[in-house]
Amino acid sequence: MPSVMLRKREDGKLLFYVAKKDLEETIESMEFDTPDKWGGEVVLGDGSRYYFEPTSPPPKIPTTLQAKRL
Amino acid sequence: MAAMTREETEALIQEVLEVYPEKAKLDRAKHLAVNDQSLEKANKCITSNRKSLPGVMTIRGCAYAGSKGVVWGPIKDMIHISHGPVGCGQYSRAGRRNYYVGTTGVNTFGTMNFTSDFQEKDIVFGGDKKLAKLIDEIEVLFPLNKGISIQSECPIGLIGDDIEAVAKVKKKEHGKTIVPVRCEGFRGVSQSLGHHIANDAIRDWVLENRDGDDSFPTTPYDVAVIGDYNIGGDAWSSRTLLEEMGLRVVAQWSGDGTIAEIEKTPKVKLNLIHCYRSMNYIARHMEEKYSIPWIEYNFFGPTKIAESLRRIASHFDETIQAGAERVIERYKIEYEAVIAKYKPRLQGKRVMLYVGGLRPRHVIGAYEDLGMEVVGTGYEFAHNDDYDRTIKEMGNATLLYDDVTGYEFEEFVKKVQPDLVGSGIKEKYIFQKMGVPFRQMHSWDYSGPYHGYDGFAIFAKDMDMTINNPCWKNFKAPWKTEAASDAVKAVA
Repeated sequence: MPSVMLRKREDGKLLFYVAKKDLEETIESMEFDTPDKWGGEVVLGDGSRYYFEPTSPPPKIPTTLQAKRL
Repeated sequence: MAAMTREETEALIQEVLEVYPEKAKLDRAKHLAVNDQSLEKANKCITSNRKSLPGVMTIRGCAYAGSKGVVWGPIKDMIHISHGPVGCGQYSRAGRRNYYVGTTGVNTFGTMNFTSDFQEKDIVFGGDKKLAKLIDEIEVLFPLNKGISIQSECPIGLIGDDIEAVAKVKKKEHGKTIVPVRCEGFRGVSQSLGHHIANDAIRDWVLENRDGDDSFPTTPYDVAVIGDYNIGGDAWSSRTLLEEMGLRVVAQWSGDGTIAEIEKTPKVKLNLIHCYRSMNYIARHMEEKYSIPWIEYNFFGPTKIAESLRRIASHFDETIQAGAERVIERYKIEYEAVIAKYKPRLQGKRVMLYVGGLRPRHVIGAYEDLGMEVVGTGYEFAHNDDYDRTIKEMGNATLLYDDVTGYEFEEFVKKVQPDLVGSGIKEKYIFQKMGVPFRQMHSWDYSGPYHGYDGFAIFAKDMDMTINNPCWKNFKAPWKTEAASDAVKAVA
């Protein structure tokens, strides 16, 4: 369960950053990304997949969340 | 020597790896790469931030060096105790040339060495009492200090001293910020983890001191310069540019910086990161907690300075944007004169770099402005994200070497034959004895500043002075040169 820091890049894409793993990747797709449900399975730029517990309303970015590695 | 092709560079790497035993060869091969600009991510071609192999001559430092030497050390009005045996503090004392204004020993303490000087009995019975006594003595002898940081050396972690408890007790007693930093040298693979630990210590013990206190008047143009250690005056020559374009620099982290500036940083509008590797952690934290955006910038060489000034200005309104253009215009005559003077003398010269965490990519632009070419670069302690940023800056088929060993670096220089090598003091005399011009790029070879337009003029002069120094022609004994007459050769 890595702690993931999420921030918006200048071009609007979400960046997925895990300090301990030295991992900084863009989030390519997210299962739920609507105003009333956010989270689920995400696919990163390098093809790896993580899971965020769906929340409502969406979190205020930048933020740190727990993710599960799939 | 003409530029090397991809195949030649790959063959060179293979040749250099040949001497290693099988296992070491496999490991080192992952750290050496040929640059390929088409790659998006560096982890496809190079591995970084891994433990160095036992037995090779690595050029890295330790976590204590990253925390005390880099991040905390330059904060001038605090006293940084090197807690442990005397050597670590003494041999790192004032070596980095972080300039500051103030009266040393009265209200600033940058070049002084404070240590608890551990003896056998402190290892056996613990050093907490000694630390408490040391802090009391500091308060008597140097009452104008604004805070104390306790920089742990290896034994503190090994014997399990509770420096946090001492810090809390003494903080209450003296009413000053006292920060315990768990930066024991054995932590991590290089100084990089020391930077991270130091950033976390600032986050936990200093940054929130003025939360909820709005007495500091702010303006919409407040910025903080983060990751500029004022080596040879770098931060000053950067700061003037930012102030000229209309911004107000509230804090300098941490060259010529004070603890008050650090406490005020959460009130700024934008964080400007120069050394990404050592201070991105705190910038990310401030973005999350205080919603302060951050951007990276590069103040080496006029091309990159103009690019950075415009990028910084794009985060503000038209007055600042006009200010940026005004600054670029104002210095145009100066830097064009510098280029006109030195470019003909330096055109086409080839450089190999091996420095710490930002210069291997940041200075490339400055060399290119002078018509020079960087043919090889590498970092002591970079992570993947640094190499991501480097790939685009470097030419295709150039050499990349991570945590290079003494042997590899020498072999690369022998084969690539650059006109200049830029690295640290440990490498300096090896290469000078080999007859290769060398600049010490950690603390600018006792010169500087190199940041900003003023710094670029000094940078150009230094490079010219080194490369075109007449001494390099006198490396061969006169009777061994081709120009020597047969008579002289016969006598010799």
